[in-house]
Amino acid sequence: MTARKQIALPLIFVAGVHVIALFAGFFAPYNYAQQNRDLPYAPPSPLHLYDVQGVFHWRPSVCRLAARPEKFGVYEEDRNNCFPVRLFIRGPQYTVLGLFQSDWHLFGVSPPARIFLLGSDGYGRDQLSRLLYGSLLSLFAGLLATGLTLNLGALLGTVAGYYGGWCDAVIMRCIELFLALPWLYLLFALRAFLPLHISPSRAFLLLILVIGIVGWARPARLIRGVALSEKERGYVLAAKMFGASHFYLMRRHVLPSTYNVLVTQAALLIPQYILAEMTLSFLGLGVAEPVPTWGNMLSAVQQYDVLTSYWWMWAPGCAVILVCLSYWYLASALQARAEVIGH
Amino acid sequence: MAYAEIITRSRTLAITVAAGLCLFGTAAGPASGLPEDVVTSSGEVGHPGGRLSVALRSEPKTLNPATSVDVSSREVIAQLNADLVHINRQSQLIEPALAKSWKVSPDGLRYTLQLRHGLRFSDGQPFDADDVVFSFKAYLDENVHSPQRDLLVVGSKPITVTKIDPYSVLFELSRPYAAAERLFDSVAILPRHLLEAAYRSGKLSQSWGLETSAQQVAGLGPFRLKEYVAGQRMTLERNPYYWKADRDGRRLPYLDQITFIFVPNADAEVIRFKAGETDMINRVNAEDYSTLERDQGAQSFRLWDLGPSLEFNFLFFNLNSTLPAQSSALARKQATWFRQLKFRQAVSLAIDREAITRIVYRGRGTPLWSPVTPGNNLWVNASVPHPARSVPNAKTLLQSAGFSWKQDGTLVDAAAVPVEFTIISSASNAQRSKMATMIQADLKDLGIQVDVVSMEFHSVLDRIFQTHDYEAAILGLGGGDVDPNSDMNVWASTGNDHVWDLGEARPSTSWEAEIDQLMEKQLSTLKPEDRKQMYDRVQAILAEELPIICLASPNILVGARTELGNFKPATLDPHTLWNSPELFFYHREASGRP
Repeated sequence: MTARKQIALPLIFVAGVHVIALFAGFFAPYNYAQQNRDLPYAPPSPLHLYDVQGVFHWRPSVCRLAARPEKFGVYEEDRNNCFPVRLFIRGPQYTVLGLFQSDWHLFGVSPPARIFLLGSDGYGRDQLSRLLYGSLLSLFAGLLATGLTLNLGALLGTVAGYYGGWCDAVIMRCIELFLALPWLYLLFALRAFLPLHISPSRAFLLLILVIGIVGWARPARLIRGVALSEKERGYVLAAKMFGASHFYLMRRHVLPSTYNVLVTQAALLIPQYILAEMTLSFLGLGVAEPVPTWGNMLSAVQQYDVLTSYWWMWAPGCAVILVCLSYWYLASALQARAEVIGH
Repeated sequence: MAYAEIITRSRTLAITVAAGLCLFGTAAGPASGLPEDVVTSSGEVGHPGGRLSVALRSEPKTLNPATSVDVSSREVIAQLNADLVHINRQSQLIEPALAKSWKVSPDGLRYTLQLRHGLRFSDGQPFDADDVVFSFKAYLDENVHSPQRDLLVVGSKPITVTKIDPYSVLFELSRPYAAAERLFDSVAILPRHLLEAAYRSGKLSQSWGLETSAQQVAGLGPFRLKEYVAGQRMTLERNPYYWKADRDGRRLPYLDQITFIFVPNADAEVIRFKAGETDMINRVNAEDYSTLERDQGAQSFRLWDLGPSLEFNFLFFNLNSTLPAQSSALARKQATWFRQLKFRQAVSLAIDREAITRIVYRGRGTPLWSPVTPGNNLWVNASVPHPARSVPNAKTLLQSAGFSWKQDGTLVDAAAVPVEFTIISSASNAQRSKMATMIQADLKDLGIQVDVVSMEFHSVLDRIFQTHDYEAAILGLGGGDVDPNSDMNVWASTGNDHVWDLGEARPSTSWEAEIDQLMEKQLSTLKPEDRKQMYDRVQAILAEELPIICLASPNILVGARTELGNFKPATLDPHTLWNSPELFFYHREASGRP
């Protein structure tokens, strides 16, 4: 495989996942908070191509589930009561990116049947819809926090490397301090001080802020290294001789040379931050119910019974593994490309 | 008996005689004869031997009955000690224990208890009235800080305890107290010969910590301490001097040992039980019950669903008259909503209790409209109405209280302020967090925006009991006795657990005043039928005025090995080990377990 292809594959996958996340409302058949209280822990709906008479239909159908009253979480399919799956169907209202409203969905079935392609959770909420809505928060938390971290890191790293001296010393000690702080415990303490009532969007912003600010130290150290070696290069010294300003030198010569480091760091940091968001939400420090994120969805699996009985509840875990792997694959491909260019 | 009079006359002589008796006891062997006043158990006759393992979710903190407050310590202490009068966990009625009989004076103020003759502590020392007097002196001493003290202070004056003769004790109350015999339950009788020195030097509350050697701890319970391994287990062995026997005249208990294994959480408890490392399991939650149920056929255990427990879970609003000083305008606004009866009624009507029991307890629970659960069959008021969920009725109520709806369905009050509040619940209790999430969805149908915040249990308690900085909360209360007296602290407006409005100098509403009156009156009424009538009225008022909105009660779910005989789980705490002297193994030999 060529280097270009090596980058293209994971890049397309990652981009695709993010686009789906942006339009979660369209791809999800239901609202994430809609509870179907007669269908807790319903298994993924089987799609039938043959009806009861054994006649083949091109359009798959799902059948209604009947709960067995004496047994919790055990259902029987009513094969006489099936509904075809429809594409581009009108359903519950949703807002795309907070801009426009719509009620068109990629697929769905007409009520009273329900389509749970990834099963339902303990309240009878569609796991797929929650996974999609959750990806919006989880993936973009990673993306935005990485943006914040890299900006902070690039700025402080470049300044430290370029100026050196006491400026370098101060920033470096700060970095060491940030790396040494016990963050998780500080976050718990911080949550105790915050007001009880935080809207989900504010909790989300806070989450990004916290993750982004905690993480800037490592990339800053890397970029300082690059800046240190870069400022001694012949063409930088030459430009300096011609009277270029510090700002010009940093902007034109030092910063661009950190580009490869930054891109590779981004591909490494994003999955790390997605996991950080999951950790915080898993521990109850993130976005609260009923708004889903992969972290708070996964926290249901803490229960022994859920872990062993309902395998579809692992879906957010599988999703995050896939996304992280493709990011890391992308990172190593980027690294390889940077080395080729460097030679 | 001759030596009894000596004790009253001279202490030194008493000790010598007691020591002599002890020597005699060991020489003849403890099994030489049953005590004069032995109690014969009615259970199935079993065979001796065997070791029973039980999991404890946390390590006990102490072995001292006078200072223990946590569940684990109490569970162990209940096996090591005995009380004068006992509440039978199965029948929920009182039965004689260390006291074989008692007389009540006609005015209900004087109780004369006759003690059993010939009983011995687990170290072989004899038991008599001095131990009883000493024990109550210790419990009532303010310097000991015993949790039992509050119970034994009736009508703001402590009970006085006087020895009449070595086998009879007089208890005097300052005013009549209904079901006073129930007070004696779980008040362990302490061995004077081991603890008096510590009590005199003011160190009773520090004695009998976990590091105490087994020889220094003795009681009248079926078992005695054998070994404690920090962080792992506590082993109790059979008390050879126990005062109960089976129908064949064999001294109980049958079991040689009980081992309490410390486990970190409920999941670990289930896994240990499934693996056969423990023989019984207590307080299983519905999720784990269904996991166990799946494997029941293949394994050698049986599960019991005992029906509704005494635990009631409820939602309540902050009705405190003193809000925190820095509370916002919204908080003051919220307080005026919460104070409206129609608002509380509408919230109650909108909650789908059936769905809560179905989803949270997986059907192994009971929806509740009153704090007294059907598990308390002696006291429950069956005529409290059970209105079904009705969003239209709830909306009508809100409308008549001056609320209205915006275009998008948001509920607003008369000043057009959107109605929203936060429910706090304990993060470690998944079931209550689930209830909160369901109520959030239910109240959305009324246009109310509810936020759910799960926090550490101590922070929840701190907000409710100390700072009063919350809007609504979900809590559960339970355990204890079936008698209404044990709920005095919740319903009386001055009570420590009067959760919705704490620290009232006098009742802030007329219905709270009526409850106070009824609870006070039933306390000194001796006729059970009259008390029942008054408590029925209390339940009716609570269901009508809704200071707490009752949600659901979980069933008591327990399990035990099939080879365990005489296993009779009960609604009252402790559900499984209450008849530990009678428990035995059918097929297992004494050394069956490594």
